[in-house]
Amino acid sequence: MSSVSQNFMKLFRGSSGPETIPEQGSQKLIRRSSGLGELSRVWESAEDLCVLDLGSTSATNIRHFTGRGHRIYSEDLLTASTDPELLTKDEQGVVVLDSRKFLADNLVYPAAHFDVVFCWNLPDYLDESLVKPVVGRLWSVLKPGGMLLAFFHTRDAGPDSPCHRFHIVGTDTLEMKKIVLRREARRGPTGAVHTAITDGFQLQRVFNNRHIETLFRDFVSIKFFLARDNIREVLVVR
Amino acid sequence: MSAPASGLAQIGKSVFIKGELSGSEDLYLDGQVEGSIALKGNSLTVGPNGQVKASVEAKGVVVQGKLEGNVQASDRVELRKSAIVTGDITTQRISIEEGAYLKGKVDIHRADVK
Repeated sequence: MSSVSQNFMKLFRGSSGPETIPEQGSQKLIRRSSGLGELSRVWESAEDLCVLDLGSTSATNIRHFTGRGHRIYSEDLLTASTDPELLTKDEQGVVVLDSRKFLADNLVYPAAHFDVVFCWNLPDYLDESLVKPVVGRLWSVLKPGGMLLAFFHTRDAGPDSPCHRFHIVGTDTLEMKKIVLRREARRGPTGAVHTAITDGFQLQRVFNNRHIETLFRDFVSIKFFLARDNIREVLVVR
Repeated sequence: MSAPASGLAQIGKSVFIKGELSGSEDLYLDGQVEGSIALKGNSLTVGPNGQVKASVEAKGVVVQGKLEGNVQASDRVELRKSAIVTGDITTQRISIEEGAYLKGKVDIHRADVK
Protein backbone atom coordinates (compact mmCIF):
# COMPACT_ATOMS: atom_id res chain seq x y z
CA MET A 1 0.00 0.00 0.00
CA SER A 2 2.83 2.39 0.87
CA SER A 3 4.47 1.88 -2.57
CA VAL A 4 1.11 2.60 -4.31
CA SER A 5 0.68 5.84 -2.37
CA GLN A 6 4.27 6.81 -3.14
CA ASN A 7 3.66 6.26 -6.88
CA PHE A 8 0.57 8.45 -6.66
CA MET A 9 2.61 11.11 -4.93
CA LYS A 10 5.19 11.05 -7.71
CA LEU A 11 2.41 11.64 -10.29
CA PHE A 12 0.68 14.44 -8.40
CA ARG A 13 3.57 15.86 -6.43
CA GLY A 14 3.37 19.61 -5.98
CA SER A 15 5.68 22.04 -4.25
CA SER A 16 4.61 20.69 -0.84
CA GLY A 17 4.78 16.99 -1.65
CA PRO A 18 7.20 14.70 0.11
CA GLU A 19 10.17 13.26 -1.72
CA THR A 20 11.73 10.02 -0.61
CA ILE A 21 15.42 9.79 -0.05
CA PRO A 22 16.56 6.23 0.54
CA GLU A 23 18.79 6.28 3.57
CA GLN A 24 20.75 3.55 5.29
CA GLY A 25 18.57 2.07 8.01
CA SER A 26 15.47 4.28 7.80
CA GLN A 27 13.68 6.18 5.08
CA LYS A 28 13.67 9.97 5.19
CA LEU A 29 11.18 12.21 3.44
CA ILE A 30 11.85 15.75 2.34
CA ARG A 31 8.88 18.10 2.50
CA ARG A 32 8.35 21.69 1.46
CA SER A 33 6.48 23.65 4.10
CA SER A 34 4.77 26.95 3.35
CA GLY A 35 4.14 27.51 7.06
CA LEU A 36 7.80 27.06 7.83
CA GLY A 37 8.71 29.41 4.99
CA GLU A 38 6.53 32.11 6.51
CA LEU A 39 8.01 31.54 9.97
CA SER A 40 11.55 31.63 8.59
CA ARG A 41 11.06 35.26 7.65
CA VAL A 42 10.48 35.95 11.36
CA TRP A 43 13.66 34.43 12.72
CA GLU A 44 15.91 35.46 9.86
CA SER A 45 15.16 39.11 10.63
CA ALA A 46 14.98 38.93 14.42
CA GLU A 47 17.53 38.46 17.19
CA ASP A 48 17.59 36.37 20.32
CA LEU A 49 14.31 34.60 19.74
CA CYS A 50 13.03 32.05 22.21
CA VAL A 51 11.82 28.92 20.40
CA LEU A 52 9.98 25.86 21.72
CA ASP A 53 10.21 22.60 19.79
CA LEU A 54 7.59 20.09 20.93
CA GLY A 55 8.80 17.26 18.71
CA SER A 56 11.42 14.59 19.38
CA THR A 57 14.85 15.94 20.32
CA SER A 58 16.35 17.18 17.09
CA ALA A 59 20.01 18.09 16.87
CA THR A 60 19.26 19.59 13.47
CA ASN A 61 16.66 21.96 14.84
CA ILE A 62 18.82 22.88 17.81
CA ARG A 63 21.73 23.64 15.52
CA HIS A 64 19.45 25.60 13.17
CA PHE A 65 18.36 28.03 15.86
CA THR A 66 21.44 28.26 18.07
CA GLY A 67 23.53 28.89 14.95
CA ARG A 68 21.41 31.98 14.34
CA GLY A 69 21.84 33.24 17.88
CA HIS A 70 18.44 32.11 19.17
CA ARG A 71 17.57 30.04 22.21
CA ILE A 72 15.69 26.80 21.78
CA TYR A 73 13.83 24.61 24.23
CA SER A 74 13.19 20.99 23.40
CA GLU A 75 10.29 19.08 24.95
CA ASP A 76 8.94 15.85 23.49
CA LEU A 77 5.29 16.00 24.58
CA LEU A 78 4.15 12.91 22.68
CA THR A 79 6.64 10.71 24.51
CA ALA A 80 5.79 12.42 27.81
CA SER A 81 2.11 11.60 27.23
CA THR A 82 2.89 7.88 27.35
CA ASP A 83 3.67 8.00 31.09
CA PRO A 84 1.49 5.25 32.65
CA GLU A 85 1.14 7.34 35.83
CA LEU A 86 -1.07 9.73 33.86
CA LEU A 87 -3.80 7.12 33.54
CA THR A 88 -6.92 7.92 35.52
CA LYS A 89 -10.72 7.63 35.20
CA ASP A 90 -13.19 10.41 34.51
CA GLU A 91 -16.64 10.82 36.10
CA GLN A 92 -18.09 8.21 33.77
CA GLY A 93 -15.40 5.70 34.65
CA VAL A 94 -13.73 6.02 31.26
CA VAL A 95 -9.96 5.74 31.30
CA VAL A 96 -8.37 9.07 30.37
CA LEU A 97 -5.08 10.85 30.94
CA ASP A 98 -4.80 13.26 33.86
CA SER A 99 -4.25 16.59 32.13
CA ARG A 100 -3.56 18.41 35.40
CA LYS A 101 -0.76 16.01 36.29
CA PHE A 102 0.53 16.24 32.73
CA LEU A 103 0.71 20.03 32.82
CA ALA A 104 2.30 19.95 36.29
CA ASP A 105 5.17 18.00 34.80
CA ASN A 106 5.36 19.44 31.27
CA LEU A 107 5.26 22.82 29.57
CA VAL A 108 6.28 24.46 32.83
CA TYR A 109 7.48 27.86 31.68
CA PRO A 110 6.96 31.51 32.61
CA ALA A 111 4.02 33.22 30.94
CA ALA A 112 4.69 34.96 27.62
CA HIS A 113 8.07 33.29 27.23
CA PHE A 114 8.27 32.06 23.64
CA ASP A 115 8.37 33.79 20.28
CA VAL A 116 7.84 30.64 18.23
CA VAL A 117 6.36 27.23 19.05
CA PHE A 118 6.61 24.19 16.81
CA CYS A 119 3.73 21.82 17.50
CA TRP A 120 4.39 19.79 14.35
CA ASN A 121 1.77 16.97 14.24
CA LEU A 122 1.21 16.89 18.01
CA PRO A 123 -2.57 17.60 18.03
CA ASP A 124 -3.26 14.72 15.62
CA TYR A 125 -1.46 12.14 17.77
CA LEU A 126 -1.93 13.42 21.32
CA ASP A 127 -4.52 11.79 23.54
CA GLU A 128 -7.92 13.51 23.38
CA SER A 129 -7.87 14.46 27.07
CA LEU A 130 -4.66 16.45 26.64
CA VAL A 131 -5.21 18.38 23.41
CA LYS A 132 -7.23 21.35 24.67
CA PRO A 133 -5.31 21.75 27.96
CA VAL A 134 -2.01 21.70 26.05
CA VAL A 135 -3.18 24.30 23.54
CA GLY A 136 -4.41 26.45 26.43
CA ARG A 137 -1.00 26.21 28.11
CA LEU A 138 0.76 27.01 24.84
CA TRP A 139 -1.33 30.15 24.49
CA SER A 140 -0.16 31.33 27.89
CA VAL A 141 3.54 30.63 27.32
CA LEU A 142 3.57 32.35 23.94
CA LYS A 143 4.39 36.04 23.85
CA PRO A 144 1.73 38.36 22.41
CA GLY A 145 2.44 38.24 18.70
CA GLY A 146 4.20 34.91 19.09
CA MET A 147 3.54 32.27 16.45
CA LEU A 148 2.72 28.58 16.55
CA LEU A 149 2.97 26.12 13.67
CA ALA A 150 1.00 22.88 13.66
CA PHE A 151 0.29 20.19 11.07
CA PHE A 152 -3.00 18.37 10.69
CA HIS A 153 -4.04 15.45 8.49
CA THR A 154 -6.83 16.39 6.09
CA ARG A 155 -8.18 12.86 5.90
CA ASP A 156 -7.95 9.70 7.92
CA ALA A 157 -4.68 8.06 6.98
CA GLY A 158 -5.53 4.93 8.98
CA PRO A 159 -4.26 3.65 12.34
CA ASP A 160 -0.98 2.50 10.81
CA SER A 161 -0.05 5.85 9.30
CA PRO A 162 3.41 6.68 10.61
CA CYS A 163 4.03 9.49 13.03
CA HIS A 164 6.99 11.55 11.90
CA ARG A 165 9.51 13.79 13.52
CA PHE A 166 10.47 16.95 11.69
CA HIS A 167 13.90 18.42 11.13
CA ILE A 168 14.37 21.89 9.68
CA VAL A 169 16.85 21.62 6.82
CA GLY A 170 16.08 24.82 4.91
CA THR A 171 14.07 28.02 5.07
CA ASP A 172 10.99 26.13 3.87
CA THR A 173 12.18 22.55 3.86
CA LEU A 174 11.65 19.79 6.38
CA GLU A 175 13.11 16.34 6.68
CA MET A 176 10.58 13.85 8.03
CA LYS A 177 11.58 10.68 9.78
CA LYS A 178 9.32 8.03 11.25
CA ILE A 179 9.32 8.00 15.03
CA VAL A 180 10.41 4.81 16.74
CA LEU A 181 9.87 4.92 20.49
CA ARG A 182 12.55 4.03 23.00
CA ARG A 183 11.48 2.00 26.02
CA GLU A 184 13.32 4.10 28.55
CA ALA A 185 12.29 5.59 31.83
CA ARG A 186 12.86 9.26 32.39
CA ARG A 187 11.96 11.38 35.35
CA GLY A 188 10.21 14.70 35.11
CA PRO A 189 10.48 17.68 37.48
CA THR A 190 7.80 16.31 39.83
CA GLY A 191 9.51 12.94 40.03
CA ALA A 192 7.07 11.24 37.67
CA VAL A 193 8.70 8.59 35.57
CA HIS A 194 7.92 8.71 31.89
CA THR A 195 8.07 5.36 30.16
CA ALA A 196 7.20 4.65 26.56
CA ILE A 197 4.46 2.02 26.64
CA THR A 198 3.71 1.66 22.95
CA ASP A 199 5.79 0.87 19.92
CA GLY A 200 4.50 3.87 18.00
CA PHE A 201 1.96 6.68 17.98
CA GLN A 202 -1.42 6.25 16.33
CA LEU A 203 -3.38 8.93 14.55
CA GLN A 204 -6.07 9.88 17.09
CA ARG A 205 -8.39 12.03 15.02
CA VAL A 206 -8.75 14.13 11.90
CA PHE A 207 -9.59 17.78 12.53
CA ASN A 208 -11.66 19.72 10.05
CA ASN A 209 -11.26 23.48 9.60
CA ARG A 210 -13.99 24.25 12.09
CA HIS A 211 -12.40 22.03 14.74
CA ILE A 212 -9.06 23.71 14.20
CA GLU A 213 -10.57 27.18 14.45
CA THR A 214 -12.30 26.18 17.68
CA LEU A 215 -9.11 24.69 19.07
CA PHE A 216 -7.23 27.93 18.47
CA ARG A 217 -10.10 30.33 19.15
CA ASP A 218 -8.10 32.25 21.78
CA PHE A 219 -5.44 33.14 19.23
CA VAL A 220 -5.75 36.44 17.39
CA SER A 221 -5.24 35.10 13.87
CA ILE A 222 -5.07 31.80 12.02
CA LYS A 223 -3.71 30.98 8.59
CA PHE A 224 -4.13 27.70 6.69
CA PHE A 225 -1.78 26.24 4.12
CA LEU A 226 -3.10 23.21 2.28
CA ALA A 227 -0.49 20.83 0.90
CA ARG A 228 -0.81 18.05 -1.65
CA ASP A 229 0.32 15.37 0.78
CA ASN A 230 -2.99 15.66 2.70
CA ILE A 231 -1.44 17.78 5.40
CA ARG A 232 -2.99 21.06 6.46
CA GLU A 233 -0.45 23.47 7.94
CA VAL A 234 -1.78 25.96 10.43
CA LEU A 235 0.03 29.09 11.57
CA VAL A 236 -1.55 30.92 14.49
CA VAL A 237 -0.61 34.14 16.22
CA ARG A 238 -1.13 34.72 19.92
CA MET B 1 29.93 3.04 24.50
CA SER B 2 33.37 4.57 25.12
CA ALA B 3 35.23 3.21 28.14
CA PRO B 4 37.03 5.60 30.50
CA ALA B 5 40.65 6.29 29.70
CA SER B 6 43.26 5.17 32.20
CA GLY B 7 44.45 7.86 34.60
CA LEU B 8 40.97 9.35 34.74
CA ALA B 9 39.19 9.83 38.09
CA GLN B 10 36.27 7.40 38.16
CA ILE B 11 33.10 6.80 40.13
CA GLY B 12 31.93 3.24 39.59
CA LYS B 13 28.34 2.20 39.02
CA SER B 14 27.80 0.91 42.53
CA VAL B 15 28.79 4.22 44.12
CA PHE B 16 26.21 6.73 45.36
CA ILE B 17 27.30 10.24 46.35
CA LYS B 18 25.11 12.92 47.80
CA GLY B 19 26.57 16.40 48.14
CA GLU B 20 28.96 18.78 46.42
CA LEU B 21 31.49 17.18 44.14
CA SER B 22 34.41 19.28 42.93
CA GLY B 23 37.82 18.59 41.45
CA SER B 24 40.66 19.69 39.22
CA GLU B 25 40.86 16.65 36.97
CA ASP B 26 38.64 14.93 34.43
CA LEU B 27 35.97 12.69 35.91
CA TYR B 28 34.22 9.60 34.57
CA LEU B 29 30.99 9.06 36.51
CA ASP B 30 29.11 5.79 36.15
CA GLY B 31 27.36 5.81 39.51
CA GLN B 32 24.76 8.00 41.16
CA VAL B 33 25.34 11.58 42.23
CA GLU B 34 22.91 14.01 43.80
CA GLY B 35 23.85 17.59 44.52
CA SER B 36 26.31 19.61 42.46
CA ILE B 37 29.37 18.88 40.35
CA ALA B 38 32.03 21.55 39.75
CA LEU B 39 34.97 20.69 37.50
CA LYS B 40 35.99 24.06 36.12
CA GLY B 41 38.62 23.61 33.44
CA ASN B 42 38.05 19.86 33.30
CA SER B 43 35.66 17.40 31.70
CA LEU B 44 32.84 15.29 33.06
CA THR B 45 31.68 12.10 31.39
CA VAL B 46 28.44 10.53 32.59
CA GLY B 47 28.77 6.87 31.68
CA PRO B 48 25.94 4.67 30.41
CA ASN B 49 25.04 3.61 33.96
CA GLY B 50 25.46 7.08 35.39
CA GLN B 51 22.49 8.74 37.07
CA VAL B 52 23.17 12.34 37.94
CA LYS B 53 20.74 14.57 39.69
CA ALA B 54 22.88 17.66 40.04
CA SER B 55 23.85 20.99 38.59
CA VAL B 56 27.02 20.59 36.55
CA GLU B 57 29.75 23.10 35.85
CA ALA B 58 32.71 21.93 33.77
CA LYS B 59 34.79 22.66 30.70
CA GLY B 60 33.32 19.79 28.71
CA VAL B 61 30.47 17.42 29.43
CA VAL B 62 29.74 14.10 27.72
CA VAL B 63 26.51 12.32 28.62
CA GLN B 64 25.81 8.68 27.91
CA GLY B 65 23.47 8.04 30.83
CA LYS B 66 20.95 10.12 32.74
CA LEU B 67 21.41 13.66 33.88
CA GLU B 68 18.83 15.79 35.61
CA GLY B 69 20.04 19.31 36.28
CA ASN B 70 21.38 22.37 34.55
CA VAL B 71 24.68 22.12 32.70
CA GLN B 72 27.16 24.91 32.21
CA ALA B 73 30.10 23.91 30.01
CA SER B 74 32.66 26.52 29.08
CA ASP B 75 33.67 24.54 25.99
CA ARG B 76 31.44 21.72 24.76
CA VAL B 77 28.54 19.41 25.56
CA GLU B 78 28.04 16.05 23.86
CA LEU B 79 24.85 14.02 24.21
CA ARG B 80 25.40 10.47 23.03
CA LYS B 81 22.54 8.41 21.66
CA SER B 82 21.73 6.84 25.04
CA ALA B 83 21.69 10.19 26.86
CA ILE B 84 18.61 11.28 28.76
CA VAL B 85 18.98 14.88 29.89
CA THR B 86 16.45 17.00 31.72
CA GLY B 87 17.70 20.51 32.32
CA ASP B 88 19.05 23.60 30.64
CA ILE B 89 22.35 23.53 28.80
CA THR B 90 24.60 26.57 28.41
CA THR B 91 27.76 26.05 26.40
CA GLN B 92 29.83 27.21 23.46
CA ARG B 93 29.26 24.12 21.34
CA ILE B 94 26.90 21.19 21.46
CA SER B 95 26.75 17.85 19.72
CA ILE B 96 23.63 15.65 19.94
CA GLU B 97 23.57 12.13 18.56
CA GLU B 98 20.46 10.67 16.97
CA GLY B 99 18.42 9.05 19.72
CA ALA B 100 19.51 11.33 22.56
CA TYR B 101 16.68 12.78 24.65
CA LEU B 102 16.72 16.35 25.89
CA LYS B 103 14.07 18.19 27.81
CA GLY B 104 15.29 21.72 28.39
CA LYS B 105 16.87 24.78 26.90
CA VAL B 106 19.98 25.03 24.77
CA ASP B 107 21.76 28.35 25.00
CA ILE B 108 24.96 28.86 23.03
CA HIS B 109 27.35 31.46 24.41
CA ARG B 110 30.43 32.12 22.34
CA ALA B 111 32.12 34.00 25.20
CA ASP B 112 33.32 32.41 28.45
CA VAL B 113 30.43 30.84 30.36
CA LYS B 114 30.21 32.05 33.96
